[in-house]
Amino acid sequence: MSRKPRLHIPPAPARPGADPDFSYIDIVEAGSVPRPDPHTRLREIPNSLIFDMVRVLDDAHAPVGPWDPQLDPEELQAGLRFMLETRLYDDHMLRMHRQGKISFYMKSRGEEAVSVAAAMALRPGDMLFPSYRNQGLQISRGRNLADLMNQCLSNSADMCKGRQMPIMYHWRRGNIFSISGNLTTQYPQAVGWAMAAAIKGEDDIAASWIGEGSSAEADFHHAMTFAAVYMAPVVLNIVNNQYAISTFQGTAGGERRPFAARGPGYGIPGIRVDGNDFLAVYAATTWAAERARAGTGPTLIEHVTYRVDAHSTSDDPSRYRSKAEPQAWPLGDPVERLKAHMIKFGQWSESRHEALVAEITEQVASAWEEACSYGTMAEGPFLDKNELFEDVYRDMPTHLIQQREQMLEVDRWGEEN
Amino acid sequence: MSVKTMTAAVNEAIDQEMARDERVFVAGEDVRVGGPFGTEAGLHAKYGDKRIVNTAISELALTGIGVGAAAVGLRPIIEIMIMDFVTVAMDQIVNQMAKMKYMLGGQATLPIVVTTHAGVDSSSAAQHSGSLEAWFCHVPGLKVLMPSNAYDAKGLLTAAIRDDNPVIFISNKRCLQTSCEVPDEPFALPLGVAEVKREGRDLTIVATGRLVIDALDVAETLAGQGISVEVIDPRTLSPLDMDTILASVRKTSRAIVAHEAVRTCGIGAEIAARISDEAFDYLDAPVKRVGAPFTPVPFAPLLEDRYLPGKAQILDAVREIGLTT
Repeated sequence: MSRKPRLHIPPAPARPGADPDFSYIDIVEAGSVPRPDPHTRLREIPNSLIFDMVRVLDDAHAPVGPWDPQLDPEELQAGLRFMLETRLYDDHMLRMHRQGKISFYMKSRGEEAVSVAAAMALRPGDMLFPSYRNQGLQISRGRNLADLMNQCLSNSADMCKGRQMPIMYHWRRGNIFSISGNLTTQYPQAVGWAMAAAIKGEDDIAASWIGEGSSAEADFHHAMTFAAVYMAPVVLNIVNNQYAISTFQGTAGGERRPFAARGPGYGIPGIRVDGNDFLAVYAATTWAAERARAGTGPTLIEHVTYRVDAHSTSDDPSRYRSKAEPQAWPLGDPVERLKAHMIKFGQWSESRHEALVAEITEQVASAWEEACSYGTMAEGPFLDKNELFEDVYRDMPTHLIQQREQMLEVDRWGEEN
Repeated sequence: MSVKTMTAAVNEAIDQEMARDERVFVAGEDVRVGGPFGTEAGLHAKYGDKRIVNTAISELALTGIGVGAAAVGLRPIIEIMIMDFVTVAMDQIVNQMAKMKYMLGGQATLPIVVTTHAGVDSSSAAQHSGSLEAWFCHVPGLKVLMPSNAYDAKGLLTAAIRDDNPVIFISNKRCLQTSCEVPDEPFALPLGVAEVKREGRDLTIVATGRLVIDALDVAETLAGQGISVEVIDPRTLSPLDMDTILASVRKTSRAIVAHEAVRTCGIGAEIAARISDEAFDYLDAPVKRVGAPFTPVPFAPLLEDRYLPGKAQILDAVREIGLTT
């Protein structure tokens, strides 16, 4: 072989029409990764946390190994409920988009455990800095679905007052930060929040989520440096759902090393987790939170999962990936896996599951009805159009007042002519 | 000639220049599947992975590789998916590509085109709707282009790719789907030359991007009232063709400058100042500016309509200078 430089273009596993190929995903047996004490020094944390995969549920749906969080049946049922609520909410909102009731939407199908299990493993006072596919965080913290719908409808009860795209939620009272269209900005912000919490001596911690694609943004690297240097109490999550819109995770740098491996380079432990295993996500988050809360520092968690649906309603995955991929995904479905686990241990049944689906379906429908009573895109009540000028500054400066007056004059003239 | 959308015209310009010059390549997010607006449609199949470089999500890095690749003799087209995302690449654009030739005593040549999609387009809100052209016009070393139709887009982009300076090529999203007759063969329009889109005697409207379409609409409406409007599209915002604008104002004695960007410190401010400076004695009325209010771009259609400058705001300016009542 001749030795000379060559440009390597990471190949995608399967283009449209080809057979799906997930042979690049290294999967180890559930229970095979050791669980070090959370306060272990970085150099003594085994590499298997990065290169293998923390998994709790085995192929027969039994919890195995040291990472089993040993949740009681009520906690499991809550987790299942929040994941289903997230999924049925997503399904409803996609239908509403198809019917022209909202202009944009992004589903999280297949990634529900990543948000729900993490939210449950953290405390209500912990501050969350989500990405755009983390609606499960809102739902797990008890958000009224109608509030989320109001935001997507941009109606008179919209928390963003008509100023932000659908799904870019925030929840001040629920300690969930807003979502940015420019990517990875939440990482340095989460680190800053965590540093401030440490300065104040509080034991609330921060957590943030980005996609594997956005780990290429500079903000990721800056945030990792600061988190490591100041030992910020923060849990940094990379949701590796294999795609950044059309771009395969190899292009973001996932080809030769897991994203979790980026942590140690900065001085931060990394954990590679089966993101579709509710118990594994819960356990890894608990481990990282314990480190952060005790002043041991930040943790980077890579959640290996799969984006089952399109990136957004503006995307068509059949242009760039095999249609058979979702069925071929080797880590299964997070809802089905938790359900099978609970049924196996007599904590759940098909009939209870059906009843829960029916109940949530009804809950989603009535939330939609409530949201529509605050206005839809077609029918009022509408936002006051002069809300445009509010909140640019705390107090409206003179030049904005003048511009608002000028706009009203254009209105009056339009009405007269 | 054939009727093409601006999207198709941009695509054709890139395609023909890549065919003509193998140093030309494209780097950007999702360009392998044609880019978010289809401006690279079909190009990956034709030119492959090494000339249609589908990058990871880092506008900073993909702009930086453009600077590096240009320094070794390639001619990169750097696509920034949405103009608001250019903020994270500003250091590479402003401190690197714009100043490098100057700082290196003229020894560097950076033939880079940064293409990006700007403006309001059906509820994309504050982080996906920006028109940030004025920022780049303020930077010595850059050329800034903003076509308003498919013909100009193809001619200007072709010229930009062939130009040896860094060029920012901004397509307004609401212009991308408009169509007109465009030559099928490659052609380059001169950079820094404005075009009179409609001749008139009573008023000059200097408009950019989508506002050119609105200004032509206004001109048609006012023609029905016996008012003759001249519409000028600078096409190149830096360097500005003031000669064409001043010649028009000396003829009409009245000027309105209109753009989609925030009015405050917009390119309209520069044009209005230059008119006042260089054609003051010819003016019968103050130069009026039309632009967006000093707020971020909202999401809700109702608020977005309120935000977006267009025909109503231009007509309001016409009334203010006393041409109509």
